[in-house]
Amino acid sequence: MTTAAPARSQPGAGGSLMRAINRRALPAFTVLALGYLLIPIAVMIVFSFNLPEGKFNFAWNQFSLDAWFHPFDWPGLGDALRLSLEIAFISTVVATILGTLIGLAITRYQFRGRGAMNGLIFLPMATPEIVMGSSLLTLFVSSALPGGPLNGVLPKGLVFPLGFNTIVIAHVMFNISYVVVTVKARLAGFDRRLEEAAMDLGANELVTFWKITFPLIFPGIMAAALLAFSLSIDDFVITNFVSGTSNTFPIWTWSIIKNALPPQINVVGSIIFRSAVAIVLVTTLRTGRAPR
Amino acid sequence: MTAGAPAMGRRPTIHWRHLIGVSIPYLLLAPGLIWLFVFFIYPSIEMLRISLSSGSLDTGYSLTFSSDAYVTALQKFPHQFGNSILYSALATTFTFLIGFPVAYTVAFRGGRYKNLLLFLVIAPFFTSFLIRTISWKVLLGDEGPLLAFLKHVVHLVPDGFSILGSPVAVVAGLTYNFLPFMILPLYVALEKIDPRLIEASQDLYATNWGAFRRVTLPLALPGVFAGSMLTFIPAMGDYVNATLLGNPQTQMIGNVIQSRFLVLNDYPVAAALSFILMVGILVLVVVYARALGTEQLTG
Repeated sequence: MTTAAPARSQPGAGGSLMRAINRRALPAFTVLALGYLLIPIAVMIVFSFNLPEGKFNFAWNQFSLDAWFHPFDWPGLGDALRLSLEIAFISTVVATILGTLIGLAITRYQFRGRGAMNGLIFLPMATPEIVMGSSLLTLFVSSALPGGPLNGVLPKGLVFPLGFNTIVIAHVMFNISYVVVTVKARLAGFDRRLEEAAMDLGANELVTFWKITFPLIFPGIMAAALLAFSLSIDDFVITNFVSGTSNTFPIWTWSIIKNALPPQINVVGSIIFRSAVAIVLVTTLRTGRAPR
Repeated sequence: MTAGAPAMGRRPTIHWRHLIGVSIPYLLLAPGLIWLFVFFIYPSIEMLRISLSSGSLDTGYSLTFSSDAYVTALQKFPHQFGNSILYSALATTFTFLIGFPVAYTVAFRGGRYKNLLLFLVIAPFFTSFLIRTISWKVLLGDEGPLLAFLKHVVHLVPDGFSILGSPVAVVAGLTYNFLPFMILPLYVALEKIDPRLIEASQDLYATNWGAFRRVTLPLALPGVFAGSMLTFIPAMGDYVNATLLGNPQTQMIGNVIQSRFLVLNDYPVAAALSFILMVGILVLVVVYARALGTEQLTG
């Protein structure tokens, strides 16, 4: 960027300088930037093999496989991970269903308020997480307060005390938009003539949907579900507001780093990283082979 | 069933089928819409109500239209608001300066490595946001890999030098964490550019730099807009980087909101802060969209 500035002041040399930047500087810069993006991941993996001297895994001490052999050997870690997986699974299923239905409605049908609908879908993605988390907390707490608006409307214990239910509600809420956007992208390239062909051959709407539409948009739905799952399992800011005393893995990590930083955190992080990479590789290879 | 289908339009006796047909989109929308209204729109209204109320967690809150919470919010935390705006603006600028050349290279020079390069750009998303930030704490630590090298191997900085606990570390953390959010929309915008447009400008005697400035860059504006929004908005609300990498002086407005809600239980002031943040960002988005030219952003 800045290196290109002299090119403007010396038009004669501009062409060759731009070419040099294009050929050498840009690829080199890109490699450096990608390195910058990957360094913390490398640190995470390397330090999972560390045997820290004190409670904090901040400085390299000695190579050890200890944390890898005992990944859950830290009070609360196993439970937190299990809770994270449960919440991610449930919220993914719910958000994927709700989001897919909205995606179908928006791309398939003309109806009043379609523009407003698109705006409403966009809004959660443009709102800072802290605002969503804090407003949900306000809602949940005031539903239990004397004179609160939802007091007595919702079944007792559904949203207060805070915990499993409220985390799932929050995760579904912020995931719906991402599912809609992902499914919409898939539906945008959809050839409607395939459905018309099925109808011409005597299939009714339902049969057409299950035999033609659904299988064709299924990869999009799966991609949306994967995205929702990873957003849910990694969410910290919103969850921190609505979790009460429940500990998901990020919440547990946050609470423990004040007193200790066990290498087990790095181990779990590395395992999640590897699983995610594996899933992406498998889906890329499979969609790469599938006919378009 | 199928034989009756073609006759549907002509027979008024099955008019109800038409009604179902009309209501289908609304039936599909309903569950998700209700969820978003109850758990996204309504909580914002509830937050506005609490911010204008008086009371406590024990007695409940009653709407008094008191502006006390807003007065406190605006008078007591100018420093943290300032930090949020400054750090987020710096982080957005840095992600753009780093992200644009990367997106440009991947889009125009990626060739058959395009997918691999994009995969590397999003690879940080495969690990936890918290763990990545903790990794920076390790990397930038006083005796961490970076400073240990600078202090003891090349002796470039004095022994007492530290980065952690400074605004530099906070901005570096924010820049790092939101860089992929800048690169991806820039890439999408650049990738869509028809190379023939650039060739055409060169045929019309534009220099490489001229073609870049007057063709490529304007066409990439939607990506610049999306990327800056995706970086600036989450950075404004962030408190993880400021907590892990900063010091008490580098606290951002997110830290204040977080502690008011979760530690001090001061709901009206916390709600007021949160509301100010939300409205402030909305205004900034509109102003920024105007400044970049709205008609170009719809493309």
